[in-house]
Amino acid sequence: MANPSLADVINRSQHHGWAARIVNQQIFWVFLAAVFACLALTVLTDSFATERNLFNVTRNFAFVGIIALGMTAVIASGGIDLSVGSTLVISAMTVSVIMSAGMPFWAGCIAALAVSLLVGAVNGVLIAYAKMPPFVVTLGMLSVARSLAMVLSDNKMIYEFGPDHDFLLWLGGGATFGLPHPLIIMIILACLTAFAFRHLRWGQHLFAIGGNENAAVLTGIPVARIKVSVYMFSALMAGIAGVLEVGWLGGVTTNLGQAMELTVIAAAVIGGANLAGGGGTAFGAVVGALLIEVIRNSLILLGISTFWQGTFVGSFIVIAVAFDRFRQKKV
Amino acid sequence: MSVLELRNISKRYGAIQALNNVSLAIEPGEVVGLMGDNGAGKSTLVKVIAGNFAPTSGDVFISDQKMAFHKPLDAQKAGIEVVYQDLAICNNMSAASNVFLGREPTRKIGPIKVVDYAFMRKRSAELFARLKSETRPRDLVHKMSGGQRQAVAIARTLLSDAKIVLMDEPTAAISVRQVAEVLNLIRQLSDHGIAVVLISHRMPDVFDVASKVVVLRRGELVANKKASASSPEEITGLITGAIESA
Repeated sequence: MANPSLADVINRSQHHGWAARIVNQQIFWVFLAAVFACLALTVLTDSFATERNLFNVTRNFAFVGIIALGMTAVIASGGIDLSVGSTLVISAMTVSVIMSAGMPFWAGCIAALAVSLLVGAVNGVLIAYAKMPPFVVTLGMLSVARSLAMVLSDNKMIYEFGPDHDFLLWLGGGATFGLPHPLIIMIILACLTAFAFRHLRWGQHLFAIGGNENAAVLTGIPVARIKVSVYMFSALMAGIAGVLEVGWLGGVTTNLGQAMELTVIAAAVIGGANLAGGGGTAFGAVVGALLIEVIRNSLILLGISTFWQGTFVGSFIVIAVAFDRFRQKKV
Repeated sequence: MSVLELRNISKRYGAIQALNNVSLAIEPGEVVGLMGDNGAGKSTLVKVIAGNFAPTSGDVFISDQKMAFHKPLDAQKAGIEVVYQDLAICNNMSAASNVFLGREPTRKIGPIKVVDYAFMRKRSAELFARLKSETRPRDLVHKMSGGQRQAVAIARTLLSDAKIVLMDEPTAAISVRQVAEVLNLIRQLSDHGIAVVLISHRMPDVFDVASKVVVLRRGELVANKKASASSPEEITGLITGAIESA
């Protein structure tokens, strides 16, 4: 080919063929691992492949999956959000307090999401404009938001949700076409997030910031504004998960979502989000969350003490990051 | 008609006179090698031209029109583009995305504005073709050679109708073969009538591409002459002060 046409040049890419491209993705291997774990459990236990257990697995992972979408955006932009567990509880508590006071669901839901967005906005402004490290800001927020949830509820359990009580329980705990509602909502949100990452300027800009923040500044990307929006997005996802989780549990206490940030970060990182910034996908977040839930479920079904869960989740983060390092070196 | 003219530019930082009465005219398509030791005022001069800050006194003319830049965007609108030393490139993104970084074209699907990847790939492929570079729009910059990265950064300057491209040490940290590639890119820009100001410490590179050599020493312009009428020895003397002026 002495004189390739312009179209040839455009379509040329370093990876040849879709197979090579897929095998090169971390997420492919994670997905394979999840499928393998499911198959192994089906053979090893009688209880895994039952309808009831699968229903539980899909619903449980949906909450982590939804928040992992937001976390992936934050990590891809080069930050971290440790306050998602606390944002979840303050959202859950807001919707519960308002509904138990006799207000309708929509009022409670809007208030809960507004509070979540406010939490994200505070995080974002402190990080983007006051230039404080995300780790410190969101660690502070982790404490503040949970404490505010305690103040708001007087640290009491709430299990009466006023006139729309049944609707809330249906929304979080019910199913349509055999699919749990949190799963359906997670799928919708994952599609929207994937679209935003790939096709909106917002997505391009947040990956640019994560890749090289200095370049983003020099090329005129509104870095501070994007950063605030990313933390608000993460908080919104946690807020949505909070509202749904109240409906699933049918009651809420202030220890809801404790230590959840670690599971969510693990899901995002296992799914390919690069803690150094600049990488991550919505699909990866979902698959990462799925793998963690399957492992968690398998530990229970295989009769291994739940005390081991933390060991697995923690090791997973480290292994995923090590895997990424290894891959980068090889290239 | 000169594309850029500086008249009696001075810049002071408190007691320090970074630039003293510098006057310089650049023609379209001219490649000017801007040389000088560290602290001679090269960066300050480039930042004045690029609109990073205003001179203490003196005037900047673009195509014979007097300009007052308050921010880099003003200079960019007037046709001045800068290729930064670190290239301001995101390794995690494709060449096409990098070319359009911060200026992504969009098309509307219903009420939503989506990034127009097809247009970005097509346009950046055209620009790479114009630069005679083998850079491919879909490739991640992460896997590219130094020369290809330069092509990406330079293609970015061609997006808007640049009249002048300022390049800060483009050949400082790359291999010999890639240097040749970058110098070719500079020639391509020049062939398209774009003036290039090349800031460099590397004498051979400057004499290879530059038609004019300008030397700054302690904020003063001590030489402004045709490259063919000078020699690396003379320029070295001018930079160090062994030769007073030329």
